Amino acid sequence: MNFTRVVILHGAVFAALFMLQFVVSEYMVLSLTRIMVLAIYAVGYNLLFGYAGLLSLGHAMFFATGLYVAALGTTRAGLPVPAAFAMAIVIGAFVSSAMGAITLRVKGVAFMIVTLMFSQAAYLTVLYFGEYTRGDEGIVIADTIRNFDFLGLPVDLTNATLRFNVALGFLSIAAGLCLLIVRSKLGRVLVAIRENEDRTSMLGYDVARYKLTAFIISGTISATAGAAYALMFGYAGATLASIQYSIHPLLWTLLGGASTVLGPVLGTALMFLLVDAASSFTNANLLMVGVVLILLVLFFPKGILGTLRQRYLPWLP
Amino acid sequence: MSILLETKGLSRSFGGLKAVDGVNFKLEAGEIRAIIGPNGAGKTTFAGLISGRVPPTSGSILFEGEDITRLPAFRRVQRGIAYTFQITSIYANLTVGGNVALAAHQADPGKNHEFLERVGLAGQAGRIAGTLAYGHQRLLEVAMGLALHPRLLILDEPTQGLSDAEIAHFIALIKKLSTEATVLLIEHNMPAVMELAHRITVLDRGVILAEGRPEDIRANAAVQAAYLGTG
Repeated sequence: MNFTRVVILHGAVFAALFMLQFVVSEYMVLSLTRIMVLAIYAVGYNLLFGYAGLLSLGHAMFFATGLYVAALGTTRAGLPVPAAFAMAIVIGAFVSSAMGAITLRVKGVAFMIVTLMFSQAAYLTVLYFGEYTRGDEGIVIADTIRNFDFLGLPVDLTNATLRFNVALGFLSIAAGLCLLIVRSKLGRVLVAIRENEDRTSMLGYDVARYKLTAFIISGTISATAGAAYALMFGYAGATLASIQYSIHPLLWTLLGGASTVLGPVLGTALMFLLVDAASSFTNANLLMVGVVLILLVLFFPKGILGTLRQRYLPWLP
Repeated sequence: MSILLETKGLSRSFGGLKAVDGVNFKLEAGEIRAIIGPNGAGKTTFAGLISGRVPPTSGSILFEGEDITRLPAFRRVQRGIAYTFQITSIYANLTVGGNVALAAHQADPGKNHEFLERVGLAGQAGRIAGTLAYGHQRLLEVAMGLALHPRLLILDEPTQGLSDAEIAHFIALIKKLSTEATVLLIEHNMPAVMELAHRITVLDRGVILAEGRPEDIRANAAVQAAYLGTG
């Protein structure tokens, strides 16, 4: 009963997203495509932050891993797009396993600082190897590379409609995966760890293994989002590896509602559109981000969907 | 009777303080054993050593004949050593049923009602655990302990903060569940200990001061001096 309702709700949201491409402007289709790719990143972030209660300040390193493996793989190593994409996911999983094994040795504020530190090191690495990454200027993936055959079908990632639907497809996979995890034993144990770690280990759960699992899944989804971003928009720049891109998914998740499946998607969309609308009269984007973050923490700690769930929809996953 | 749990020379120091000092302890399967002692005697540290929450400085712990000294806490729980917290440690934001489901390692909070029934919380499964009265939260702790299907159930000061009526209910409950699990009871409440325990171990300053049946302990002069008070 509950599950049917959940499936219908999520199906309806994605059906509505699909229909949007027929009614909105060309510019909006591009914006929505970006939003959906970034929302994949937020969904991955939320798995770790919202459900397992682990606040990472360094997820940009995973996003950037996917971004640069895809960009360097296609432009430098001459890999076809699908191979570069698959490689980005594999390396993303590898990097997040290694990072998780190191950073999860500490808890709380120390965990935030260690993840931040590693992410900054990754950012500086990108700048240091400017010869290959081209630093802030970034790598541009030529349109000819993004025009390829996949399983015998021609794919053109410069085509706005196709790109929109690919982004939608990946986002629904990410959200569906998140929904499955949340309803599984893994998801319930992650919430238990968030609520009371000590108690959870005294119920016979290997807390360290569960946290590492969440960390790897979250990091790998983030890397996947990064690779999709590079390949779809043909660009990988150092800004996307900076601290700003570690703070963004936290903000999006908080705005939409941490530990809700659709919250990060909603939060990403609202924040993106807000910054986009404001950019016509100010270029102080980061100031806006900061103000929204402060207002959220002060007045709306559960975010939009979190508050809705608390007041009206207790069944919302 | 077989030995369920044994410690050999078990010690734990915190800096210069020997909280538990070379304790040799044997627990028989099926008994209710109480550990008593004045504040700071090392009771909770001793329970922590057995459950794996506190690593020992030296000595060893055998459970069902196997050395578990190096096992992390969650592995000991999997082997059947359940620990209920001195300070109530439930998932306050989850439902009562959700709490028990986690303990039972099952995903569905709709099952496992028998554990709630046994502690007298039937019909409360849908409530948020944090909204239960304190005494009921303690009962939920015990229900979670039961859901682990323990062979050894360690209850750390279970009657603390309970009313007399609740204590009476609690004593009856422990008696009932002792038919399926060995119970190690760390307790301050002497009437409860005297009524429940088959044997009593008295700890004082980290060492075993005396051990025996409740009536022997009551008559033991050293125990009276250290703990019960003379006269």
